[in-house]
Amino acid sequence: MTITAESLGKLKYFAGMEPGQLSNIPRLFTEKAFVKGQTIVAEDDVNEQVHFVSSGVVKIFKTSSEGKEQIIKLARPGESFNDIPVFNPGTCPYSVQALGDAVIYRIDRKDLLPLMKSNWTVTANALAAVAEQSRLLLQLVEDLSFKNVMGRVAKILLQHSMPGPEGAPRLTQYEMAAMAGTAREVVGRSLKALEDSGAIRLEGHRMIIVNKEYLKQLAGLT
Amino acid sequence: MTIKPIFDETRCDGCGLCVTVCRCGALEMQNDKVRIIEVAHCGWCMDCELVCTTGALQCPFEIVTLDT
Repeated sequence: MTITAESLGKLKYFAGMEPGQLSNIPRLFTEKAFVKGQTIVAEDDVNEQVHFVSSGVVKIFKTSSEGKEQIIKLARPGESFNDIPVFNPGTCPYSVQALGDAVIYRIDRKDLLPLMKSNWTVTANALAAVAEQSRLLLQLVEDLSFKNVMGRVAKILLQHSMPGPEGAPRLTQYEMAAMAGTAREVVGRSLKALEDSGAIRLEGHRMIIVNKEYLKQLAGLT
Repeated sequence: MTIKPIFDETRCDGCGLCVTVCRCGALEMQNDKVRIIEVAHCGWCMDCELVCTTGALQCPFEIVTLDT
């Protein structure tokens, strides 16, 4: 594949720009393909390139010293990552991994900054992209700090469980999120925490409640 | 009965991201839409549901208790 003005026009940093305005920019970029599961950027790497997803999906996450993973977001085509160490020199504060096969475009800080200086649209788009990432992080802080979603999810599981698969209702994480008044990602994190605690067990499409008393406790039903 | 992800063709915008993230080859593109081809191999990882921005693919759980 070749990086073209048209393919760059799909990136958030270059939104609203005509191909003619982008004709000299492809030469500043490099392109690399990653296979499913491959690490693109590792936390604490020193890397001064803004990365853009051209195709595929990548997972942006942090890992605790115990190996626990916290997904920050999934980046889709057009979205950027590793912006932070480019605008605030230092190491990358997260890891990025290809969730499926993905093609990534990259531009060096030394090439991006002059481009931003000469083109206000690129600067405004970059600010908007970084601000959007900040907003998402604050939402994550709010979800993790203030919301007792776990209790609400526990209650939903108790209310919708059956002794056996016969007649058991089928609930998606979107439906649970709608019931709990939260986002699907938050429900996903709650279910993972419940699984880690041994309260539930996931076996394919079946969610088995192993410790009903613990769920009752979380739901405030005891 | 074979359990499979719920696929709503009317919501599918044909972006194909679900096909790229599917770990078990259960999905393919056909005429710009997704098709579930190997349901028996679906590991219910929910990655397809996670990347689908239109809600076309959903993986519902049966919720069952061990005790009565």
